Amino acid sequence: MGSRGIRIDNLSKRFGAGDTAVLALKDVNMQVAPGEVVGLIGPSGSGKSTLLKCLGAVIDPTSGRMTLDDTVIYDDGWKVRDLRALRRDRIGFVFQAPYLIPFLDATDNVALLPMLAGVPNEEARRRAGELLAALDVQHRALAMPAQLSGGEQQRVAIARGLVNRPPVILADEPTAPLDSQRAMAVIRILNDMARRFETAIIVVTHDEKIIPTFRRIYHIRDGVTHEEAGEGRSPG
Amino acid sequence: MISLAGRDILHAWGKFIFTGIGLGLLIGVTLTMAGVYRGMVDDGKVLLDNSGADLWVVQKDTLGPYAESSSIPDDLWRSIRTMPGVAQAANVTYLTMQVGKGDADVRAMVVGITAGEPGVPGWPPHLVAGRQITRGHYEAVADRATGVRLGDVLSIRRNRYVVVGLAHRMVSSSGDPMVFIPLKDAQEAQFLKDNDAILMQRRRTGANPAFNRPGVPDLLDAVIDSQTGNSYVNAVLVRIRPGFTPQEVAEPIRRWKRLTVYDRAQMEEILIGKLIATSARQIGMFLVILALVSAAIVAFIIYTLTMDKIREIAVLKLIGTRNRTIASMIIQQSLVLGVIGFVVGKITATFAAPLFPKYVLLVPIDSVVGFFAVLAICVLSSLIAIRMALAVDPAEAIG
Ligand SMILES: Nc1ncnc2c1ncn2[C@@H]1O[C@H](COP(=O)(O)OP(=O)(O)OP(=O)(O)O)[C@@H](O)[C@H]1O
Ligand SMILES: [Mg+2]
Repeated sequence: MGSRGIRIDNLSKRFGAGDTAVLALKDVNMQVAPGEVVGLIGPSGSGKSTLLKCLGAVIDPTSGRMTLDDTVIYDDGWKVRDLRALRRDRIGFVFQAPYLIPFLDATDNVALLPMLAGVPNEEARRRAGELLAALDVQHRALAMPAQLSGGEQQRVAIARGLVNRPPVILADEPTAPLDSQRAMAVIRILNDMARRFETAIIVVTHDEKIIPTFRRIYHIRDGVTHEEAGEGRSPG
Repeated sequence: MISLAGRDILHAWGKFIFTGIGLGLLIGVTLTMAGVYRGMVDDGKVLLDNSGADLWVVQKDTLGPYAESSSIPDDLWRSIRTMPGVAQAANVTYLTMQVGKGDADVRAMVVGITAGEPGVPGWPPHLVAGRQITRGHYEAVADRATGVRLGDVLSIRRNRYVVVGLAHRMVSSSGDPMVFIPLKDAQEAQFLKDNDAILMQRRRTGANPAFNRPGVPDLLDAVIDSQTGNSYVNAVLVRIRPGFTPQEVAEPIRRWKRLTVYDRAQMEEILIGKLIATSARQIGMFLVILALVSAAIVAFIIYTLTMDKIREIAVLKLIGTRNRTIASMIIQQSLVLGVIGFVVGKITATFAAPLFPKYVLLVPIDSVVGFFAVLAICVLSSLIAIRMALAVDPAEAIG
């Protein structure tokens, strides 16, 4: 194949069977190269979350093919064995609500991922510290999630998504709880990270403010996607 | 790797401490309950120890003198003393009753002991204050648990007794403190009829022409005398000579005197196997219920603690945490709760035990068994929470 980044071909997802079956994704095609940030937009119920879950190897597609760099993850019903390790090592998640672990401080929330992969605590914390610094929250490194502002939590969550240097980051409405200034800051960080770490980033959003910043946008409606060039405006 | 369970506990320590204390009180009750049983067994054993007897001679075919009533003539002890292997034989009476103490009364076991000296079977082996009974009447040695002091006056039936000595842990098999009085007094207390009854019987006897013969004037008096006199005791306590086995000594008494004789092992079997068997089952039932309630509480607490973390668990799974890591987090928390509960329970039981009216004996083995039972219960009751946690779909973390 030789294509880097994440790529899906004719991916379909059906929920249920028989009369009540829902075809949430219909032959979706998508490709995101390393260093690229693309938008995924569509009305409610159109299949955005479903697509993100398939991309994140959280649910299995019914048919179609998905590759990450040179690894085939799904191929018409076949799938790689250890999806859990794949998620841990190669996919970063950033959610609408930051979903930080409430009993771990900011550093350990980020360091937990490398720790889970067997990286020694000190090294994991060092990596976490670096990222928190890059995201400008190092001064809150020892704060518990409940003590952080919404924007700080979101940045810690982004750091967590990035810490294992995954080739792909999936962000589900990462700016929804933020004001426009903070939302732009998050997009700026994502663009920055994509460039710095050669990461392919897919951002699901409803947020009118940030849509003009994408160079490429996938529209999805009733489980069908079509691609469109975005304005690619600088997030300021 | 950091300890997720530990971090969560440190973060929500208040929750853990409070539920741990609640659970601990329950465990404390459970340990105390076991202590009540041990105390009952111990009461039985000290009763036998303190009697100073190797053999108990009682009425034929009874489980006397503690588990059933037994009465035997009070002159049998003389002939028993002459049997081979018998070092000492002494009459004894036991009667559990309300003993008057000033305006109030206490439940006590009144023990009638023969005249003699300390060391005679039936006598309290050691006193903590005062002296042994030296006079033949109206003196008493009482266990401290009766609440009396030296010089106090106790009333038993119609007579009054001065407390001349105090004993410690001299109790009946049901934990009532003992009051020792001279045998004659005790026989009277146990078998004495009230005046009206005596008069009534005299009248009846006098009206009987067989006894009231004009030609034999002393007959009526003799009959009445034998009716009112009390010549029974509950048991004869026997101490055997060194070199004899209890069986060797017991067998001839059984055969020749037509009495039932128990040795120490048989007596223990009667006290523990029969007398307190129902109470023991009662306590056993309580222990089962308390264990179930504790299990239900631990299960419920761990379940709610896990429920509260469903979203975090979904996130942990999404970012690639092993099921094993999540399960061990839940088990560890459950065990920590159990350990807190056990420590609190152990402390509670230790401080509460002396406050109980009856003897509560906390034995280390019960604590050890209790500890492992608590841990086992904690592991088992976390299974429900673990099942739920493992069923959490990592997809739930994404909208
Ligand atoms: N687990 C499921 N079982 C059955 N149907 C499902 C399931 N998950 C999603 N669907 C259906 O699939 C379709 C797409 O759902 P999805 O959650 O992907 O929408 P969405 O674009 O994320 O919407 P929103 O913007 O409201 O989050 C919907 O019709 C939904 O009802
Ligand atoms: Mg959605």
